[in-house]
Amino acid sequence: MSAKIKKYAGERIKTADLRAGKVPVVRWRPKVRYAWSTGIAMSRFLKELKNGKIIARKCHKCNRIVVPPRMYCEMCFRPTDEWVYVKDSGIINTYSISYLAADATRTDKPTVVAVIEIDGASKGIGIVHIIGEAKPKDVTFGMKVKAVWKPPKERTGAITDIKYFKPVEV
Amino acid sequence: MLREVAVVGLGCTGCRPTTPGLSYKEIMFEAATRAFEDAGVDPRCDIDNFITCAEDYWEGFSIFDEFVPDQLGAVLRQLFTVTADGLFGLATAYMLIRTGEFDTVAVEAHSKASDILTFADIVAFALDPIFNRPLGGHPFYIAGLEMNRYLHETGASREACAHVVAKNRKNALSNAYAAHGANITVEDVLESEQLFYPLSRLDISPLADGCMVLVLASDKVAGKLTDTPIWVRGVGWNSDTPWLETRDWGRSVDTELAAKMAYKVAGIRNPQKEIDLAEIDDRFSYKELQNLEALQLCRRGEAGKLTEEGATERDGSIPINPSGGLLGVGYTLEASGLQKALEIVLQLRGEAGKRQVPDAETGLAQVWRGIPTASGAVAILSNRSRGAT
Repeated sequence: MSAKIKKYAGERIKTADLRAGKVPVVRWRPKVRYAWSTGIAMSRFLKELKNGKIIARKCHKCNRIVVPPRMYCEMCFRPTDEWVYVKDSGIINTYSISYLAADATRTDKPTVVAVIEIDGASKGIGIVHIIGEAKPKDVTFGMKVKAVWKPPKERTGAITDIKYFKPVEV
Repeated sequence: MLREVAVVGLGCTGCRPTTPGLSYKEIMFEAATRAFEDAGVDPRCDIDNFITCAEDYWEGFSIFDEFVPDQLGAVLRQLFTVTADGLFGLATAYMLIRTGEFDTVAVEAHSKASDILTFADIVAFALDPIFNRPLGGHPFYIAGLEMNRYLHETGASREACAHVVAKNRKNALSNAYAAHGANITVEDVLESEQLFYPLSRLDISPLADGCMVLVLASDKVAGKLTDTPIWVRGVGWNSDTPWLETRDWGRSVDTELAAKMAYKVAGIRNPQKEIDLAEIDDRFSYKELQNLEALQLCRRGEAGKLTEEGATERDGSIPINPSGGLLGVGYTLEASGLQKALEIVLQLRGEAGKRQVPDAETGLAQVWRGIPTASGAVAILSNRSRGAT
């Protein structure tokens, strides 16, 4: 409302009206499918995951080692220079405990999602993954974690070839 | 006084029917690197604003905007997306620079059409969900509807449309960045299978992957960056109603009005005399004829005859689509208009190689946003600045 308009014309639609089908709707399910070319950088990254390894790219100008890898350095705007294997361990930069599933339903078993700074990559650079084998209340900043891989035969060349990262006993 | 705006750099990947070895990010990096090299600028400090032109459904991402900065050199810089053809992006860049707040703007558009598995379904998804989608069928029947009415009203022949295809596919043979150059005859086109009467298979421009980047600059810096600035003399754009039920099917009214706007900005009174060559929308063969008329490059009903007489050939009186157009270069989704502008810039620089149109001073680029839209944009470019004429 505003100083000029005190009341809007019309009738308020009630939830009951919607449920009773009094408000017409049209439904449509689009058929949208894609097959993204993963390109040079992501193809190699996915292939290495299948081998149980994490690979990064290094820029010789800023000397950053970035993972997931890309063929260009976004800070220097030039091609990156070499492939570098990094470790499958790291430390937790930040985390969240998610009590909702992707469809927004509540779950009894919360998921801990974390940004993990990967050992061997430059500081502040890492990958997003799930934390497992840990009680959510025990997860902390700087916690050391290590990848738990699927058995080689089950790997498909996907980020989920790593099942989750688990805390490392120090 | 408002600033003048010039294109000072261009980069292109080359268009290909498919690009399985590279990601969309990698083709964008390739085109952007070439454009910044051509303009002699470092995007990390010399570009005041970046514009990317993309439509989420072509990309397969919601909010595709977020995936753009890295490969353009735009991280932690000024960037936004224009959800339209690249020519709308060029018009936006033109306006930004004319405000006096920006000296250099980069415009990017690309196609990774080969990543789309359900192209026709995505086009159908753009139709009205209540009145049109339930009727089913491949949405390109809309081009058949328009072509039929256009031919009916103007008397242009089916053969004239086939001439457009033969000419553009042949022109593309002299263009290293074209994906679909071919030596085909008018008969080949007429004999190709009917798909959406009166439209046949070869009347439809095939899809292509590719990326184009243009760098624009104000008159304040253009002279420092290049010896061959190509001035943007005018831009225009327009949209007709989305109602298929009430459109003027015989003409492209939005193109007529977009052209009027661009001509007014450019101070062009007699387009036939003042435009030396044009890259115009030929998504479907008949569109080139319809657009020639909408752009006032010939009188209504004359385009077919002029085409059959050879006036629109590269060495004709008004060369149209010397690059090969969308029929020959390939339809690169939102990059289509930018490809047309890029070709005009190459021609006006005198860098078009085997397909160079001699002595061209002023060129026009025009694009339609494709089925089912009735939206389009026009840009007028010249190697002579406003002050010089």
